[in-house]
Amino acid sequence: MAEGLARAVPAAPVQPPLLRVTELARYFDASPPLVNRLLLGARRRTLKAVDGVSFAIPRGKTFSLVGESGCGKSTVARLVVGLYRPTKGTIEFDGQDLARRQSAKQLRAVRRRFQIIFQDPFASLNPRWRVRDIIAEPIRVHGLLRDRPAIRARTDELLAQVGLGATDGGKYPHEFSGGQRQRISIARALASNPEFLVCDEPTSALDVSVQAQILNLMKELQERLGLTYLFISHNLAVVHHMSDQVGVMYLGRLCEIAASKTLFRRPRHPYTRLLLETIPDLELSGRPRVPVAGEVPSPIDPPPGCSFHPRCPFANERCRRERPELRLHDDDLVACHAVEEGRLPEAG
Amino acid sequence: MAAISNRPPLLEVEHLRVQFPTRRGTLTAVDDVSFEIGEGEVLGVVGESGAGKSITGSAIIGLIEPPGRIAGGRILFEGERIDDLPYEKLRRIRGKRIGTIFQDPLTSLNPLYSIGRQLVETILTHTELTQAQARRRAIDLLAEVGIPSPAQRVDHYPHQFSGGMRQRVVVALALCANPRLVIADEPTTALDVSIQAQIIALLKKLCREHGTAVMLITHDMGVIAETADRVAVMYAGRVVEVGPLREVVKRPRHPYTVGLMGSIPKLEGERSRLVQIDGSMPRLDRIPAGCAFHPRCPQAFARCERERPELMSDGLARAACWLYAPLARTGSDG
Repeated sequence: MAEGLARAVPAAPVQPPLLRVTELARYFDASPPLVNRLLLGARRRTLKAVDGVSFAIPRGKTFSLVGESGCGKSTVARLVVGLYRPTKGTIEFDGQDLARRQSAKQLRAVRRRFQIIFQDPFASLNPRWRVRDIIAEPIRVHGLLRDRPAIRARTDELLAQVGLGATDGGKYPHEFSGGQRQRISIARALASNPEFLVCDEPTSALDVSVQAQILNLMKELQERLGLTYLFISHNLAVVHHMSDQVGVMYLGRLCEIAASKTLFRRPRHPYTRLLLETIPDLELSGRPRVPVAGEVPSPIDPPPGCSFHPRCPFANERCRRERPELRLHDDDLVACHAVEEGRLPEAG
Repeated sequence: MAAISNRPPLLEVEHLRVQFPTRRGTLTAVDDVSFEIGEGEVLGVVGESGAGKSITGSAIIGLIEPPGRIAGGRILFEGERIDDLPYEKLRRIRGKRIGTIFQDPLTSLNPLYSIGRQLVETILTHTELTQAQARRRAIDLLAEVGIPSPAQRVDHYPHQFSGGMRQRVVVALALCANPRLVIADEPTTALDVSIQAQIIALLKKLCREHGTAVMLITHDMGVIAETADRVAVMYAGRVVEVGPLREVVKRPRHPYTVGLMGSIPKLEGERSRLVQIDGSMPRLDRIPAGCAFHPRCPQAFARCERERPELMSDGLARAACWLYAPLARTGSDG
C-alpha cells in the first residue's frame, strides 16, 4: 500500500514529501470504570479513533481530511503536531520520525517548523494576555529572538501580515471579533517561521463572509511563504476551494484519497458520493437529491468488514465480511470492494 | 405580495423594533423590520451573527429576554395582533398555532423526562385528547418524523438518541398541535452534513403535507436554497433585501447580498480567491449613519452616508439600497 501511495502522490519524484504518515493509529481506552468491570463483569473497550491512516503531503501543497464528526480527522491533526502519541504507525516530517522518542532538544528543533490553528478562536487564545504577548510566545519559547525591540518589530510584522494593525497588539482577545481572533491565531502560528501548518476546522466557527476573508488570507500566506497545509474540515465546498489533494475519512479510516479536482468531478467511494450529495445546490438547478439514510455508527463498536456497509446501497456479502484496503484506481486510492470489482455504477 | 388568495397573510410583521437598554445606552437589535409569511410558505431569513434574525424570531413568539423589549411596530398572526397579548394568551398560541425548533436539540429537550412524556404533555396542553389518545398521537408523530420502532422509542430518554434523531424528536414536538407556522431557528446548524440533509428533507415534506408555513432562520445560504420559497436577508438589524428565492440567489441586488453569495465557496468553476467583504458587521452600539452597510460597500456614494434607504422595488425583489432608487440611477451616473 505504501508504494501505491507513493505513486498516487503527484509530487515531483526528486523531492520527498514534507510529511508522510504511515499506518497511523490512535486508540483510546473507553472502558467502563474499574468497579463496573469487577462487579458487573463489564468488558474493556477500545475506541479506535484513528485506525491505519496513511498519506503524504508534498511541500507547498494542501492536503485536506474531510469527514463527519467522529471520523477521526481532528485526532489525526493532533497526532501530527504531537498533542497525542500514536498507538501505532509513523509520522515522518522532512524525513524525521516524530513518533519515535527523541531528546527534548531534537523535538523542539523540529516542532518549531510546524504549528497548528484550532477551530475555536475563543478558546485558543489566553484571555489574560495581550495580543502582542500571545503572538510572541512561540518566539520566546523557541528562543528565536532575544531582545525586546526585535521581538516587538517581529510581532508588528506578523500583525501586518494577517491584516491587523500594530495598535491591535496592545489589546486583549475579547476586544476582537471571531474572524480577527482567528487572524491572531494565524499570526501566532506563523511566529516561529513554520513550513507546515495544521489547520483544524479553522473557519467552522466563523460567518461565511468572515470565512472568505480567512480562506483568502490563508491562500495568500501559502503563496507568499511557501507553506504546506494539512487542512481539516467537514465542509466540502471549503475543502474543494483550498485543497490540492483530499482524503475522505469514515470511522477512523481513509476510504478515498484523490486529487481535489478528480474527487469532486468523479467521486468513487460510495461514502464520498454520499458526502457530495449533501452539498446544497446554490445553482438552483433542480438537481434531484437522493436523501441518504442512516447515521455514522459508534466508533466504539464499528460494523465488521467495511465500516460503511450498513449505509451503503452497493454492499454485498463480501463487504460485510472483509475490510477493504486502499487500492490504486487510475491516480486515486479507494478502499471499496465494489469499486475494485467494477460493480459500482459511474457517478452521475 | 406572496399571498395568492385575498386572505391576509398568515404572519405580518410591521416596522418591528426590538431594543435592549444597557448601562451605556439603548441598543437596537432589530430596527424597523417588516415582512410577511403567507399560508404554507417557507420564508428563509438569512444573515450573519448579530444581524438580528434570531431576535426577530423570538419577538414573534414573545420570548425576548428582559430587559429586551419590543419598542415599536406590530406583529399580526392570522390577522390578529399578538405582540401586545398578555402572557397567558400568548402562551396558548405558542406551541399550538406557532411551533418552534431551536438549534440545539439537547437543550430543547428535558433530559429527565422520556420523550414520550414530553410529547404527551405538549399534546395534552394544546388539544382535547385523552391521555391514551395523546400517547397514540405521540407514537404516530415519532413515526412520521422517521424514528424507527416508535412504539419502543417513545419511552426512551433524550440521551439515548443520536443528535439527528433528537432533532427529529424536536420537530415532532413542534408539530404536536398541528401549528400553522413553525419558527425554525438554525435547525440544522449543530448537525453533521448528511444528517442536515435528512432534517431539511423531513421539514420540507412535513410542511408540504400539513400546509404549515415556516420561518427558517439560518446563516447557511445552502439550507435556504434547498428549502425556502422567499428569502429575507438581514444586516445590522434590518432587512436589506427580500424576494423570491431564485431572484435573491441568482441575481442578488443589495451589494451585501452580492458579497455574501460570492463569499460562499462553490464547486463549480475554478476561482483562486473568494469574493471578500472587507471589515465586519458593525457592533450594535456603533451602527453607522445612513445605510449601515456603507463603510463596507464597494458601490457606496454620498447619499448612502447620509440617508437610510428603505426597501425599494426592483423587479420581483426589493432591496434597501440607493442604487435602486429611480433618482439615484440617473443622478449618480453623471
